[in-house]
Amino acid sequence: MIVRISGEGQYELPDADAQRLNDLDNQAVAAVEAGDEPKFHELWNQMLDLVTSDGTELADDELVESDVILPPRDSTFEDAKMEWSGEGLIPD
Amino acid sequence: MPGLGGRFSTVVKAKVSKLLDRAEDPGETLDYGYNKQLELLQNVKKGIADVVTSKKRLQMQEEQIKQQVVKLDTQARQALAQGREDLARAALERKTVAQNELQTLDQQVAELEKQQEALTENEKKMRAKIEAFRTKKEVIKAQYSAAEAQVKIGEAASGVGEQMADLGLAMQRAQDKTEQMKARAGAVEELEAAGTFDDITQLGPPQDDIDKQLAELSAGSQVDDELAKMKAELGEGGGGDAPALEEGEKQAEQS
Repeated sequence: MIVRISGEGQYELPDADAQRLNDLDNQAVAAVEAGDEPKFHELWNQMLDLVTSDGTELADDELVESDVILPPRDSTFEDAKMEWSGEGLIPD
Repeated sequence: MPGLGGRFSTVVKAKVSKLLDRAEDPGETLDYGYNKQLELLQNVKKGIADVVTSKKRLQMQEEQIKQQVVKLDTQARQALAQGREDLARAALERKTVAQNELQTLDQQVAELEKQQEALTENEKKMRAKIEAFRTKKEVIKAQYSAAEAQVKIGEAASGVGEQMADLGLAMQRAQDKTEQMKARAGAVEELEAAGTFDDITQLGPPQDDIDKQLAELSAGSQVDDELAKMKAELGEGGGGDAPALEEGEKQAEQS
């Protein structure tokens, strides 16, 4: 599975991590919807850690599409609320 | 993955397909993609230059305010030595405002520093991708049948398109932040122009908004604490602290 962290780069993750990442993702969304900021940050950091520690960074000259694109590392709780809860905010 | 990653993927992929839709045939996709990449690279360079300019402006403001802090501190000591506690307090109030401003500026400079690093790193990646795309473009043109070429072109264009869309978003974020800081830097300059950080000896009786705000601020304990500390230093030492005072007085005479 190829995962991009927006603003940073792409990582190749073992397929087994997909489920783990998906679980964290669902929990993070639940935390956002519940207004639980500390919990959101904790889960968000776990997601980033999972990708960067388990994944291998793709070489800069590889042209591959990502399966999943994560928001920028410095995304705030406010960003998360705006973009990722409910219907989400999809520009264009 | 419907959550964070899913939504963001949707945003980026929508941008990618919009980019690619503009070109009609595969050959055009290649050339269009390549030209678009070069264009974007120029934008990134401009974006980085913008961040650097904003950072320098903030750093210059920092320098000026640092000088004001030193000056106001000296003036507070002089005022106190001459028994003018009211003036000393006013000087310390202004010093507190200036110090708070310094702290904010510090954080902003650090943030711009981070932006600059991230964009520079991004630009490097983009350049490598463009180079890879150029090589692939030539290989596809030379080696593949039309049908195969179409598939290969699609893959390469999506890969590089994603990088472009992501870089575009990063640029936008950097620009938003820089704009906010520019607005703030402008506001600080206005404060300076209004005399907030000015020489306390040039002040008349309190008359403007800033003085009112400062008076409110003086209720804060920082000014009281500092005033008490200065008094203690002046009181205890008697003649012991004289060098600092004399130095201050000399400066006052010179100015």
